[in-house]
Amino acid sequence: MSLFIQQLLNGLTIGMVYALIALGYTMVYGVIQLINFAHGDVFMVGAYLALTLIWAFAAVVTGAPFWVVLTALLLFGMAGCAVLGALIERVAYKPLRASPRLAALITSIGVSFFLQNAVMLIYGSKDQSVPEIIPHVRFEFHGVSFSLTQCVIFLTSIALMVFLTWFIQKTKLGKAMRACAENFEAANLMGISADRIIRVTFVMGSALAAVAGGLFGVYYGSINFHDGYLAGLKAFTAAVFGGIGSIPGAMVGGVLLGVLEGLGAAYLSSEWKDVFAFVILIAILLFKPSGILGENLPEKV
Amino acid sequence: MLELRHVYTRYGKVECLKGITVTVQKGEMVALLGANGAGKTTALKAISGLIHPVAGEILFHGKPISSLRPEEVVRLGISHVPEGRKIFHRLSVLENLELGAFLRRDRSGIQKDLEEIFQIFPILKKRLKQKGGTLSGGEQQMLAIGRGLMAGPSLLLLDEPSLGLAPILVTTIFKMIEAVKAKGKTILLVEQNARMALKTADRAYVMETGQMVLEGSAEQVRKNPAVQEAYLGGSG
Repeated sequence: MSLFIQQLLNGLTIGMVYALIALGYTMVYGVIQLINFAHGDVFMVGAYLALTLIWAFAAVVTGAPFWVVLTALLLFGMAGCAVLGALIERVAYKPLRASPRLAALITSIGVSFFLQNAVMLIYGSKDQSVPEIIPHVRFEFHGVSFSLTQCVIFLTSIALMVFLTWFIQKTKLGKAMRACAENFEAANLMGISADRIIRVTFVMGSALAAVAGGLFGVYYGSINFHDGYLAGLKAFTAAVFGGIGSIPGAMVGGVLLGVLEGLGAAYLSSEWKDVFAFVILIAILLFKPSGILGENLPEKV
Repeated sequence: MLELRHVYTRYGKVECLKGITVTVQKGEMVALLGANGAGKTTALKAISGLIHPVAGEILFHGKPISSLRPEEVVRLGISHVPEGRKIFHRLSVLENLELGAFLRRDRSGIQKDLEEIFQIFPILKKRLKQKGGTLSGGEQQMLAIGRGLMAGPSLLLLDEPSLGLAPILVTTIFKMIEAVKAKGKTILLVEQNARMALKTADRAYVMETGQMVLEGSAEQVRKNPAVQEAYLGGSG
């Protein structure tokens, strides 16, 4: 039983990270129907930005409380990735707005390669170890242990998801985003600028991915320039699992995927961990392509 | 108030509007009639900035607007209620209305307009929390017009408000449009239902394949033999 609960907690933790990345996939898809394959690499850049800030902190100040460093690295990553996201949209996708969707899709793969290689050139191809910034505190309970790091991942992710839900549901800009997701022309007639909404979508998705990247690095203690590939694919799976285009779907899909992976690793085989994600992807695509919370919408005409 | 001068548009190689000229005076309701594909919708899209003319001028209060983006046109006080209503199905009725006022900052003015809209379309007030997609066709049309009014326009462009509605509802909708006009809005109305349009409008234009073939007061246009034959079923 304790193994089950332990794996459930571990799965939930990584599931939160998947969910944060999946949100970016689903938001962009919801608004412009593009699967942005570079999104996983934005996550990876976020992890490297966080690492860079930890280095900078270590060089300048000593003995800053961990939450100061943590807040700083997450904010730095968010700012950097928000700019990166806006830049990618402007340079790579905006010129293709009127082209067939396949063109933008292939471009996103190109952007993905570009980001991976840029990071490899700057930081090197070897794994970079991320210094431990969160004190090594563990909460033990009947043989189940939960670390402070996991706690931080939980709280940060939940706070962001609550914020995002509020933003999308209650703010003017959030409503405009939902309107654009339904019908750009009608939204345009309300005075909503499509360019602006698309930019905001990329900025928000990238900032969320940056947080996921920072937390990922801190959790695993090591990052590599191709970490974005696998994490991105899994988050994409999570988004499809929950129903691509649906924001609650991405959250639920991410968390469920993490849990299934954690339990699968414990009870079947940890070497097959990554296989579960893709078995789920294939099963969902075969049996319920609209996902758990996705709507069964007819193709737009 | 609004003036189109020899406006030409193009979709790819196809010419849609071949030099149309239209004027709308303040406080008027002008109907733009014609068969399917005559270019009526295209004319409205050119005014609201969804497409840009390749030649000719569009003036609003004497200033050229034909190169402006849709949000700039809305800001000037022109609101376009599109064909097929295009309300946001997954958003609530209230959210639809709020988005109509997307560019506005004057809270009290927005609230006042909302009350006015509830006066004209009382059913919307009962449906506020419902999703737009759950409304009936007539209610969706009312919502679309209400949403257009939320922008606080001085000129309202209405594209086929009677499309797909039962005859009794068409009468209701036209009564409501008259109520909107009574609130001091200038209206440019595109319609296939020429009979209803000519009953309510002050003046009318008739288009055929991208060109104006006739214009005049609603009375004159209604009595025109060619219009009688082609659009009013000959009986008048």
